[in-house]
Amino acid sequence: MTSSPAPIPGLTARDYKSEVKPVWCPGCGDFSVLSAITKALAELKLPPEKVSVISGIGCSSRMPAYMNSYGFHGVHGRAVALATGLKLSRPDLTVLVTGGDGDGFSIGGNHFLHACRRNVDMTYIVMDNQVYGMTKGQPSPTTEPDWDSALSPGGTGLRPFHPLVIALASGANFIARGFSGDPNGTARLIVDAIRTPGFSFVEVLSPCVTFREDQRGWKKIVRPAPVDPTEDIGRAARRLMTDDGFNLGILYTGKRKPYQLRLDAVEEEPAALETQFVV
Amino acid sequence: MESEALERYLDLAEQMEVHHNPEVAELFRKMARVERKHVEKILERVGDKDLPHIPPWEYQWLGEEAAEAISNEDVHYLMTPHHALTLALGAERRAFGFYTRVVETVEPGELLELARELMEEEREHVALIEAWLAKVPEPADDWAEDPDPPLLQE
Repeated sequence: MTSSPAPIPGLTARDYKSEVKPVWCPGCGDFSVLSAITKALAELKLPPEKVSVISGIGCSSRMPAYMNSYGFHGVHGRAVALATGLKLSRPDLTVLVTGGDGDGFSIGGNHFLHACRRNVDMTYIVMDNQVYGMTKGQPSPTTEPDWDSALSPGGTGLRPFHPLVIALASGANFIARGFSGDPNGTARLIVDAIRTPGFSFVEVLSPCVTFREDQRGWKKIVRPAPVDPTEDIGRAARRLMTDDGFNLGILYTGKRKPYQLRLDAVEEEPAALETQFVV
Repeated sequence: MESEALERYLDLAEQMEVHHNPEVAELFRKMARVERKHVEKILERVGDKDLPHIPPWEYQWLGEEAAEAISNEDVHYLMTPHHALTLALGAERRAFGFYTRVVETVEPGELLELARELMEEEREHVALIEAWLAKVPEPADDWAEDPDPPLLQE
């Protein structure tokens, strides 16, 4: 974080939840991610009015409604763009971005690349269930090529997007993977992500029990990454390129300075600039 | 552990209400009331003692989560009271196992006494839920069949 508002003692995870009841399917991993985010905020003792949760479109993008903080439920794929504008204009806020794999890596793929590159201080939490759940189960950018479904008979045959590799190559300053079945471990990752200055990317494997019943088996596959966090970008690249997608933990943490708006570089007032345009 | 179980039962009850399964919602609320009593009792014992703050990820549970909490991933919107009680029974058995482990490993003193007391209470809870479960009909084979599914690939 570039700013550190006065912490409020005595806040619990429940204090960060709103009165709105989530409409996610029972069994959905996103419930546990909500729990992890609120636990993380309670640990950091951040005043709810100093936190803003920004999202795009999708099941997981409903997150801002379920939280007792500021929030913005934006348009499809544009959450990190919105969050970038917010953080630059209000650097005192802790900005979280929440969404899914379709919203973030397909519709918002371009924004994802450039958010990593710009390295504005925010935390992007992607609940990856490898499917477009809200629109009835189409394959997403992270879906396996052989996932056979009514909407993708025989599978797409397409190579899946590897978000962590892309994040590293594009300049994200913190890269981690969590699992919704371990909300406490995920809360820890989110705390570390928020504390790390710059663009932090946390992929959370979050099963879609409606269209990807097979993902209930993830809890038997995931395991802590058998390595410590590294600051070495080459080592992180080798680690991520050979990763099977089920290693949990902090996989890279860098020291790039976050991008901040240079207000001193603005020489003219907006009114003066307006004279250059025909209205 | 008891607080986490209470919070989870309340969350699950909300989920079932949203998905029009009032019978299971009420069952989870009943379980929440039981857990709330446990929380209150423990808080009474704590009294004015200053407890250390421990982040949630530093608790040494026997699994990923507090032993008595039902996993969010184990529920279904069409689940029956039998399913819910089976999950609750598993949670109570894990809690019993946890306190048993504490009893077996701590030195004699106040903590041992408290752990023994809680272990016995969990044993009672296990017996109560077993008896409750015996009275509840088992789910039909087609319990998960929804003639009008909310989300269907077409």
